[in-house]
Amino acid sequence: MKRFAQLIQQLELSNKTNDKIAALVNYFNHADDKDKVWVIALFTGKKPKRPIKSALLKYWAINITETPEWLFAESYANVGDLSETIALLLPPAENTSDFQLHKWVEDLHDLEGKDDETKKEFILSAWNKLETQERFIFNKLISGNFRIGVSNKMLVNALAKQSSLDSAQIMHSIMGKWNPYEITFHELINGIHVNTDNSWPYPFCLAYALEQEPEKLGNISEWQAEWKWDGIRGQIVKRNGELFIWSRGEELVTEQFPELHFMIDVLPDGVVLDGEILAVQNKQVLSFSTLQQRLNRKTINKKQLEDAPIGFFVYDILEYEAKDFREEPLSIRRKILEALIGGLAESPVMISPVINCSSWEELAELRQTSRSINSEGIMLKKLSSHYHSGRKRGDWWKWKINPYTVDAVMIYAQKGSGRRANFFTDYTFAVRDGENLVTIAKAYSGLTDKEIKEVNSFVTRNAIEKFGPVRTVKPELVFEIAFEGIAESKRHKAGLALRFPRILRWRKDKKADEINTLEDLRQLLQSTL
Amino acid sequence: MALIEFTKRGIYCKQGDFYIDPWWPVDYAVTTHGHSDHVRFGNKYYLCHTLTKPIIKRRISEDLNVETLEYGESIIRNGVNISFFPAGHIIGSAQVRLAYKGEICVISGDYKIEDDGITAPFEPVKCHSFVSESTFGLPVYKWQKQEVVFNGIKSWVSDNIMQQKTSVLIAYSLGKAQRLIKNLAGDIPIYVHNSIANLNEVIIDAGVKLPKTIRITPETTKDELQKGIVIVPPAMRDSRWIKNLAHPVTGICSGWMQVRAHRRWQSADAGFALSDHADWPGLMEAITATGAEKVYVTHGFTAAFSRFLNDEGIEAAEVLTKFGQEDDEENKVDLVDQNENK
Repeated sequence: MKRFAQLIQQLELSNKTNDKIAALVNYFNHADDKDKVWVIALFTGKKPKRPIKSALLKYWAINITETPEWLFAESYANVGDLSETIALLLPPAENTSDFQLHKWVEDLHDLEGKDDETKKEFILSAWNKLETQERFIFNKLISGNFRIGVSNKMLVNALAKQSSLDSAQIMHSIMGKWNPYEITFHELINGIHVNTDNSWPYPFCLAYALEQEPEKLGNISEWQAEWKWDGIRGQIVKRNGELFIWSRGEELVTEQFPELHFMIDVLPDGVVLDGEILAVQNKQVLSFSTLQQRLNRKTINKKQLEDAPIGFFVYDILEYEAKDFREEPLSIRRKILEALIGGLAESPVMISPVINCSSWEELAELRQTSRSINSEGIMLKKLSSHYHSGRKRGDWWKWKINPYTVDAVMIYAQKGSGRRANFFTDYTFAVRDGENLVTIAKAYSGLTDKEIKEVNSFVTRNAIEKFGPVRTVKPELVFEIAFEGIAESKRHKAGLALRFPRILRWRKDKKADEINTLEDLRQLLQSTL
Repeated sequence: MALIEFTKRGIYCKQGDFYIDPWWPVDYAVTTHGHSDHVRFGNKYYLCHTLTKPIIKRRISEDLNVETLEYGESIIRNGVNISFFPAGHIIGSAQVRLAYKGEICVISGDYKIEDDGITAPFEPVKCHSFVSESTFGLPVYKWQKQEVVFNGIKSWVSDNIMQQKTSVLIAYSLGKAQRLIKNLAGDIPIYVHNSIANLNEVIIDAGVKLPKTIRITPETTKDELQKGIVIVPPAMRDSRWIKNLAHPVTGICSGWMQVRAHRRWQSADAGFALSDHADWPGLMEAITATGAEKVYVTHGFTAAFSRFLNDEGIEAAEVLTKFGQEDDEENKVDLVDQNENK
């Protein structure tokens, strides 16, 4: 348990992915194999059996420390975590324990079905032999989640580095069905329980942003134009009777999208499709904020399935009849794709349509209508292009539409990091809501160094309040904020959140009473739903 | 009639016509210690402990009119007997004991119970009323013995040196820095920022023994620093200077580091729960030892702590203070946190 406690501490203290991976690799190099299985289980959201309610833990802790309930509540408010509050409140342990993580998990499992007195005795004796950090983890095993900023991808990268196995294979293994009480570490990462030969995806082909006039690309007849969809890029893999859905982040997301599972019956074996996971209703693409309701969920309820139905718009075919087709030209791949998927009339899976245009001017005009169909612009792909691995200049371009904009006033400023550490570069912006200002976005890019210096000196002279590194400033400076989308949000006071906000320009010509209102943004939100 | 009252200028003794740690300029300021949230520019006269005098002269102005007392010594001002007792907070920190017509009141300033090896250790003083700080007045704040914390820091430093990283400890120039120097001194050289080196000189001149440290100059090489311990004040935290060191890793030494949320918010590479303030058991121990009938709780978790004392049968009142908190590193964290919780 000490080693695991140390790992948690290291993971919590660093924001750097490399440090976290190094800490994980170090842990996997030294820890007990049974413990490793549990660490993978805990970090991927597989909870051990929990025979005790957290209310009971709290009750016992209050009892043995003789803390009044209100003082416990005050402490909890300051600490912000129940497991940690209990760990800190308890008196120092009188004994020590060398039990390893898996031993604690198994012992907790054995408490299932025992009476409260037996459970209490076990917990109190455990608390009395664990150090504060170990106690915190022990309590978390019973009542909490390990939210420590380790993504599945990070965990897989660490395991791949430590074991020299292929990371896609490990991803498939740990995302598969396995029982942490039974499987060994070796079996787990080698994917004994799954057939990793079936699942592996290809690297995605990515496009650069078009920064020149499209006319410079030559004759439009050499190009295929498609809508650029704003969803989650994904690959559907069907091999040997199994179906897998991968996201662009190289995570297996098959379970998250049951609407696409019917493809297992539709696709022949040996097929890999590239496309976009979108919220789709009656063949119409819904906004990204609708799709968001379906992302990163461990379970999906009926309402979510109804409110945000999922579809898949297919861009390309990478494997067909178990052969790699990426070296074939796009025109050929498209023909195969149409033959394969074209017939799926009443299904949420459809080929992303080609935009037929005879001139660049015509296409430019159509591009202006992107937003009305929840598209963010146009993709240009050379008909002769191969399916490249990663980003390559020349064959694929994204020609996005201009972003939405809003005029807002700066109300908070914070110092930046890196070479901007000595300047106030991170700003929070607000719009008007009647007499009040309500914050709508935080942004930290888009100004020149000269402008940053100017804003910096304004902040230094006009700071009203100081909360640690944050300054409240006089609402005077107006900026034009660009953003890609807008969504309802319960977490933000404004009731909405902007997607990818950044500073477009400093509107020195505008005064604070000329900025947009919250009502303006609400109307925009309504119009995109 | 009570010996002290709480005014907008600070704690005032009417009978003696003087203030304790006032935050606006007054004629006569009794000063508990040299942290800038307790001693301000602009008072006509200052009364402080002998060791605090050179510190405030260096930090505020050479021109201050300063009278001094040793611990246990007293002077009479307008009939009120003023004497100083060790508060254990930082070098020169004092509890102020006021006695007038048989009534005794003690103002603690900031204090800690544990002997840190460099500050005169806290001495409880019997009194009728006691003004206590409550920076860490919640039962989740319980310090480990300082040897344990320092062993943690030492092993962090040796690991860093092995991994070619530079250990940078962030510590307030007055108090925490000297405590670190005293307790970390050994085979590994300690490099200190100018502001700390300057204060160290003042403290050594005043007769306090401090282990040898090296002042960081433009000539100090990154390689030397990588093999040593670097101590800098909080203002340097996000500086380019630190970022330009060889693989710098920062460690914050503060009581707030006891709690994960505070550690993460600080985004340092390591947090060590080392405080110059009393922890929860320390506050309770100190208050019980004074035998005070009435306790005034200032500065910190005043509401929770005074409620708890009242429940325990010790009459306590919450006193709202308005100490400026710009320079006290531990309070800075508090401010950030309050902001975050809003």
